[in-house]
Amino acid sequence: MTLSFMDPLLALELAYWQETSLKVLLGLAAALGLTGAVVYLYLFKFVSFMQSRLGPMEAGPYGSLQLLAEVGKWLQKEDITPSRADKLVFGIAPAVVLTSTFLIFVVIPAGPNAVIADLATGIYYVLAVSSLSVIGILMAGWASANKYALIGGLRAAGQLIAYELPMVLAVVGVVITVGSLNLQDIVAAQASGEIFGWDGIGNPFVITQFIGFMIFLIAVQAELTQTPFDMPIAESELVAGYHVEYTGIRFLVYFISEFATAVAFAAVASTLFLGGWAVPESWGISRDAMHWVGPVVISTKAVILVGVVFWVRFTFPRFREDQLQKLAWKGLIPLALANIAVTAALKVAF
Amino acid sequence: MTAVTDRQKLSYIASQAADARVNVELETEGMTLNIGPQHPATHGTLRIVAQLDGEQVIRAEPMAGYMHRGYEKLSEVRTYPQITTLVNRIDWLGSFANEVPFILAAEHLMEVEAPPRATWIRTLLFEMSRVAHMILFLGDMGVQLGAVTPVFFAFRDREFVLDQIEKATGGRFHPNFDRIGGLKDDLPKGWIESTKDSMQTVLTFCDQIEDLLLGSEIFQSRTRGIGVIPKDVAMQYGLSGANARGSGIDWDLRRDNPVGLAYPDLDWKVWTHPDGDSFSRFWVRLQETREAVKMIEQLCDGMPSGPIMAKVPRIIKVPAGEAYVATENPLGEMGYYLVSQGGLTPFRLKIRSASFNNVSIAPWLLRGVYVPDIITILGSLYFILGDIDR
Repeated sequence: MTLSFMDPLLALELAYWQETSLKVLLGLAAALGLTGAVVYLYLFKFVSFMQSRLGPMEAGPYGSLQLLAEVGKWLQKEDITPSRADKLVFGIAPAVVLTSTFLIFVVIPAGPNAVIADLATGIYYVLAVSSLSVIGILMAGWASANKYALIGGLRAAGQLIAYELPMVLAVVGVVITVGSLNLQDIVAAQASGEIFGWDGIGNPFVITQFIGFMIFLIAVQAELTQTPFDMPIAESELVAGYHVEYTGIRFLVYFISEFATAVAFAAVASTLFLGGWAVPESWGISRDAMHWVGPVVISTKAVILVGVVFWVRFTFPRFREDQLQKLAWKGLIPLALANIAVTAALKVAF
Repeated sequence: MTAVTDRQKLSYIASQAADARVNVELETEGMTLNIGPQHPATHGTLRIVAQLDGEQVIRAEPMAGYMHRGYEKLSEVRTYPQITTLVNRIDWLGSFANEVPFILAAEHLMEVEAPPRATWIRTLLFEMSRVAHMILFLGDMGVQLGAVTPVFFAFRDREFVLDQIEKATGGRFHPNFDRIGGLKDDLPKGWIESTKDSMQTVLTFCDQIEDLLLGSEIFQSRTRGIGVIPKDVAMQYGLSGANARGSGIDWDLRRDNPVGLAYPDLDWKVWTHPDGDSFSRFWVRLQETREAVKMIEQLCDGMPSGPIMAKVPRIIKVPAGEAYVATENPLGEMGYYLVSQGGLTPFRLKIRSASFNNVSIAPWLLRGVYVPDIITILGSLYFILGDIDR
């Protein structure tokens, strides 16, 4: 299968700055587009159906333009800074959180060449920049001069640091199996792999690294501060947690970053465990075609994984802070370490 | 590199001195967290002032009174039929149940007895308001603990019950249906059958909640052992209703003192739980909802025929005297102490509402718990602000 009419486009020679700006723009568009799709699909519709209601129905067909109306509403709202807030820090905090989110998208590959920066230490970079958001949240919690925000910020700090560890340890299993930190290598290893000599679906690591996959998903749930790990927000206790004082466009930034991070982590999880943008090599789709099939494949996988996140979010009650720490330190981390040990032993043995 | 200036030396010394001073003066102090009057978890305007040490509560004090509407005083200048409109709004989720004890007290003084059909319909509507009330509690407890979905199921299924109440009384929330000597109207045609159908919905809802919340390990770990009220403490604070029964006190006015209602003719059971924690209170209320459904079905099947109004004078004057009548309302014991001097209005009406006593245990209960547990405990005590402040 080839798409010959695309060849001139792929053969286009661009200067470095042109290429980079184009990639950044496309990356931003993809990230925001997917985020919008996820918000409409899950937060507006899927959840509504779970809760036996219809969700938005008026704006556009089946309410599909509701998100534009919401964004318009937030843009019009007054942007309030509390008089006792630390104004500079209060203003910067949302930007820090949003930056941390967009930096994750930089290394997620969506095709053979469709990646903004193909870093040799890709997954290491993802884990590093994703934890930057905790600084933004702590800044917001402290600078708001609000006790609810402060408690929320401190809870977030404790929680995000605790769940970085199982997340990193869950990834190590995959890294040991592949022998590379580069996300493209991880994708290639899964596409060309085989299960006991059968290569019908390649070798997605969700099979061999199932424990790692589950730990990663749980840690993602906690990193995104979604129920059952939503103590930093906890409407029924802390009103809105660290962003209780944010209004208008700054709140919108938190909102975008929450769901864009969900998309980013889902894309990372599908790259690590579900085969990423690639389809198994035995299916015989040419590399040229993958330039166009790849983004669709990874978007689909990511959107389905975000669905799991929302499904869990709207099903369970939330943990208490001490129970959450206990789960991380006494449950997930030992399990992840055991997973690493077993993976390493098998890697050496075979 | 330039040499260190005197200015830099001085600032260094000053900073050292400041550090030393801080080390001496460094004391941590508790944080006062003001939960309410506007807060998502207090359904209404309860204010709780909590002294926190980190996430732990040292002391918490509920402050009532933000919703005081002065019903006791207002009752003194209203005629008896007018007062039911007021008392409807005390515990606004189980409105009909508020009217009954007041009407019974007035009937007791007037020595009027409602005909059997009126008594049965009263009991039926009383239990239906309990079901509507408890459905909302069961869903709301999920929201308090962070599970958003159950409350939507609760609002959905409560609507079926409220529809039935509306069909019978004309009021969805505030029926104002009870009269001294009987009821305003008889039941409409076909009501009994549709009520039985809606009760099946309620039973399905109870099963759903059991799957969604009660069986959830997170829910159990959040509620078991949280907010334990021992039996003797519950008695000392005068808890009533499911809060008392959740502490193992086998006491239910419907069984132990069924004044003027049809409970003795029904086959049902009083549920208690020995643990006294938030989980047991939730569990007792869930079982009570099912019991109430059972009662409603029996009431529907065995409804006697006959008039719905006894003979009462057109202008109601209650003879001089005193009466206290209490019933087992959805929130607990609700009683009216009615003092009449023979006029058109009561001389004094003291309202004993359940939530006021149920919340009074909060300072005792909230010592040493974590912030999330405040919400769990208050949610499981289950109060309605109108019922606290009146």
